[in-house]
Amino acid sequence: MILGQQKLLSLSINPASFTKPCRYKSLKKHKNTYKVLKTLQGKNILKMNRITQKLGEDKKILSIYFSAGYPNLNDTVQIIQDLEKNGVDLIEIGLPFSDPLADGPTIQASSTQALHNGMTTQILFDQLQNIRESVKIPLIIMGYFNPMLQYGVEAFCKKCAEIGIDGLIIPDLPVDVYADEYKSIFEKYGLINVFLITPQTSDERIRFIDSVSNGFIYMVSSASVTGSQSGFGDVQENYFERIAKLNLKNPQIVGFGISNKETFNQATKYAKGAIIGSAFIKHLSESGSRKIEEFVGGIR
Amino acid sequence: MSFNVNEKGYYGEFGGAYIPEMLYPNVEELRQKYLSIMDEPDFKAEFNQLLKDYVGRPSPLYFAKRLSEKYNTKVYLKREDLNHTGAHKVNNTIGQILLAKRLGKKRIIAETGAGQHGVATATVCALMGIECIVYMGEIDIARQAPNVARMKMLGAEVRPALSGSRTLKDATNEAIRDWINNPVDTHYIIGSAIGPHPYPDMVTRFQSIISEEIKWQLKEKEGRENPDYVVACIGGGSNAAGTYYHFLHEPEVGIIAVEAAGKGVDSGHSAATSKLGKVGVIHGCKTLLMQTTDGQITEPYSISAGLDYPGVGPLHAHLAQSGRGEFFSVTDDDAMNAGLQLTKLEGIIPAIESAHAFAVLDQKKFKPTDVVVISLSGRGDKDLDNYIEYFKL
Repeated sequence: MILGQQKLLSLSINPASFTKPCRYKSLKKHKNTYKVLKTLQGKNILKMNRITQKLGEDKKILSIYFSAGYPNLNDTVQIIQDLEKNGVDLIEIGLPFSDPLADGPTIQASSTQALHNGMTTQILFDQLQNIRESVKIPLIIMGYFNPMLQYGVEAFCKKCAEIGIDGLIIPDLPVDVYADEYKSIFEKYGLINVFLITPQTSDERIRFIDSVSNGFIYMVSSASVTGSQSGFGDVQENYFERIAKLNLKNPQIVGFGISNKETFNQATKYAKGAIIGSAFIKHLSESGSRKIEEFVGGIR
Repeated sequence: MSFNVNEKGYYGEFGGAYIPEMLYPNVEELRQKYLSIMDEPDFKAEFNQLLKDYVGRPSPLYFAKRLSEKYNTKVYLKREDLNHTGAHKVNNTIGQILLAKRLGKKRIIAETGAGQHGVATATVCALMGIECIVYMGEIDIARQAPNVARMKMLGAEVRPALSGSRTLKDATNEAIRDWINNPVDTHYIIGSAIGPHPYPDMVTRFQSIISEEIKWQLKEKEGRENPDYVVACIGGGSNAAGTYYHFLHEPEVGIIAVEAAGKGVDSGHSAATSKLGKVGVIHGCKTLLMQTTDGQITEPYSISAGLDYPGVGPLHAHLAQSGRGEFFSVTDDDAMNAGLQLTKLEGIIPAIESAHAFAVLDQKKFKPTDVVVISLSGRGDKDLDNYIEYFKL
């Protein structure tokens, strides 16, 4: 059963198997693939997963990250709704952690504040319980592994599926451990797990990550923690171009160092989309959870 | 049962490398090369030469006559306190700086709590003329001023960790972030048997000189290589790992681990990880970890700054869970009194960390014929202010 699902996913979302010019649009056209999927399994993971659908649209993806429970404990749903209303394509909901070691000062501070505000895994799930009544765009939970381990990885995935979360980003769960121990659980609940690559990641490892991935690859723009830099130079440009030339089966979305229209455009010149985190949190710190329109409007 | 790390970096269910992808190239390079570098004849020669001439090894194995009389058993002290810089920490920093040089690294980072590992790292960086940055919690900087001054004299830059609880775990987070930001030229010298694989094994191997010496020293004194018990205090667990290493697979040697109970295991102010911890992931390693039910890492407490780490090395988590190690918890009060007693009976002022190990003599009854080797991991000079305040000296 599980093996069948694995096959299903790699079969269904492998853009490399489609002709290149319509790489992302092509999914919907492949009616035969859908038939195969439906034959193999009662419900159609591909059709259900909003991330895959969104990636199929002919546009550059704007993804926004924020820490759940920041600035106020109960801002989560309002922020998500406002982001969708203002045209954001994908949202990464940060599950706060006491020791976020891949994050810079801005996200650390928002994470710490969210914990002070009382945010927990259960409270976040409670807040999101009815989110699919009002929000249609893909939602990803981004968090560190330990809180998920304590909740129980399977229970966590099950809850995500019930709520309508589409994927997870877990920076400290390495792809090797995921592939060995957790992949089958994620797939059982139709969750897409997103892995990071950096300028230091070897081509060989990128290809391995690409083979394990089934949504998009999170392309870290430079060797840094989040929120560390402003603007991209030749080094990033060359890196973006190098990755684009690898013709990976998964599209790439660039994160880290994207803060405005200029960096968004640079990042999406080669990649499918870009993620803004620290800059949006700074905006929340300064303007509260209102004026989201202003922020998103400034990006594109 | 094996107590060596397996090829995936685990001791039983503990260990592994739970690291962000940004750290993968560095950690993977280390994983692929550490054993072969440590096995090179010229590495071994340089390491052993420095341990002998610079650190002052072998450290004596001292028969503590008066302490033995008091407890009616045979107590030997492994005198790591007599090492250069005053503790066992330097065994590891010498090893890692030589390794870093062979990896072509130009810049060293480290974390420190009380400052002992920071001083040991700054020392070897001065010795080798390599840039050194030590991360230290803002709160620890304030309460460990002499060690901060020592690091500065040695040419290191001490950077305050301003995030979270501003102590050791946050200094470790900051060091990891630095490594993420400087992935090419920098080596991170972790000070304890913690962190992602291969660190716990690498640190343990560098510290294993302690048990290697105990074996031949005990042979000279008692006519046998194996004691009945080896005893060590555990924070992250590097001195303990080194003290146990060559006895892990000798079933007749009892392994005793002593954790800091702080104000009492159940007081809410404790660092007794094996009693209070649950399986979790901290600093790249799956181990026993003090945390909330929600998986947030909690701040431990001990009067000894070297033992208040919320996790424990994966080897020790495995020793605790498998029952191979016998774990004790010692309160601040018992540790301080054990430290004072050692001072009065043997003329040795121990570090408060090491004093915890001696308090086990009051908790466990040993036979008169038992040979008990206690790791005296550090000297108490750094703790004088604490002793003065505690005993109103």
